[in-house]
Amino acid sequence: MRDFFRHPLTLRIISVAIVFGAWEYAGRIPISPAFPTFLQTMSALWGMLADGSMAKVYPATFQPLFIGLIISSILGVGCGIFMGLNEGAEWFGAPVFIVLQSAPLAALIPLLTFAYGIGLTSKIMTVCIMAMPVIVLNAFNAIRHTPKSLIEMGESYLGSRRQVILKIILPSASPVIYAGLRLGAAMGFIGAVLAELLITPTGIGDLITYNQSIAEYDKMYAAIFSIMVFAVIFIEILEYSEYKFFRPDKRVKQ
Amino acid sequence: MSSNTGSNSNSAAEVAVSVENVTKIYPGGVEALNNMTLDFPKGELTSLLGPSGCGKTTLLKIIAGLLPATSGAVKVNGKPVTGPGRERAFVFQDFALMPWATVIRNVAFGLELQGVAKSARMAIAEKQIADVGLKGFENRFPHELSGGMRQRVGLARALAVDAEVLLMDEPFSAVDEQTRRKFQEDLLGVVQNQQKTFLFVTHSIEEAVYVSQSIALLLPRPSRVSEIIRPDIRRDISPDAIRRDPVYLDTVERIWKGLRTYVE
Repeated sequence: MRDFFRHPLTLRIISVAIVFGAWEYAGRIPISPAFPTFLQTMSALWGMLADGSMAKVYPATFQPLFIGLIISSILGVGCGIFMGLNEGAEWFGAPVFIVLQSAPLAALIPLLTFAYGIGLTSKIMTVCIMAMPVIVLNAFNAIRHTPKSLIEMGESYLGSRRQVILKIILPSASPVIYAGLRLGAAMGFIGAVLAELLITPTGIGDLITYNQSIAEYDKMYAAIFSIMVFAVIFIEILEYSEYKFFRPDKRVKQ
Repeated sequence: MSSNTGSNSNSAAEVAVSVENVTKIYPGGVEALNNMTLDFPKGELTSLLGPSGCGKTTLLKIIAGLLPATSGAVKVNGKPVTGPGRERAFVFQDFALMPWATVIRNVAFGLELQGVAKSARMAIAEKQIADVGLKGFENRFPHELSGGMRQRVGLARALAVDAEVLLMDEPFSAVDEQTRRKFQEDLLGVVQNQQKTFLFVTHSIEEAVYVSQSIALLLPRPSRVSEIIRPDIRRDISPDAIRRDPVYLDTVERIWKGLRTYVE
């Protein structure tokens, strides 16, 4: 019985239940007429799933989101690794990404619209500028913090530079690179919605703005809830793929 | 200044590693080694013993080819060292095991880097794992092992590449006292069974006297070899008897007398 209460899954379910319970309670007080209860939101979500209005809008959101995330992941991890391995690239690249990470990126969106119009390009760019800095900086730090003795070990056993990078530095860095990817993916989801709210209302952003404007708050929250669910699922898949492909040791209990 | 003033340093038959006038100045001007000359006889275990700051680990890393010397030369079997080489294998103080790799992959890693085929290197690794007493742990990960077992993996990895010279950098300093004693006993067996040269860095006087055929006593500021000591302990007595042997105890005492003024 004690084991049951300490099981990670039980704890997760309890944590989620507390949040949803508090939501339901706050909605019933009510704290604002614009704040629906959890159950109202879920029934609106069910309705939108059933009538197909949700399925209809998601492709429009996922297109810039996934293109943006793929570009940010490949380019971001690549840049970060390069900066971590090469001091010149670090001096050149690190300041840019540190500034980008702390800049209020939403303020840059009008500039992107001005440069790239209101189409797909601007939205992909929004996802990228949100997701890239944290991916790059994590990858860079991960590479930099490879334990020195592991690199010496590789060198003393006659590993070539290439072998040391592929067999030691990258696997050693992969947990922190993946942490960056997960944070970057979360930022990317925010970026995709932000782009739809600020550039042109399409996809899930359209669903949020439209339902807000006609005061269908349960549907608006259902739309926000759905994108959060997708973000969580996506991040879980990333985590699973890390354990599967890079760090089999993490699956074994410490 | 740095010469072989030891009692019988010329009794060594053949030299495996020779260090000639090596000086190491780190960037920033810290002088770790000053014109050091030292020979390591073949087939024996030689300890580098000294207080912290005497440059013993620096010297070992220069011999390993992991650090360049500022001046001077290191020769292994007469050939000058320019980098790491196949005839040398390193055992690390912090084990340097890859946490994402199983015991067997860690042990076979030196062979993997050399491009040995998988089945061949797994067979060698399996044997080495059994030899260090870790049979049954082949597919465990390092974090599942105790500190002592991890260093056995580190030793097995060094033995797997079949190098002539084993460089051990304070290999037992990160394991607990009881495990260390067991290790020291086991090491005597390894030295006897393997026709290899061992260079062993330690700051423990007892450990150095217990495991070594000869001890190079290093002193700091300026870093130099003060003495070569060959503890004449009979090796045919039991491991426990060595620790009670008068020669062992006297040698420990003699080294401590020489070192105490350098320990602040």
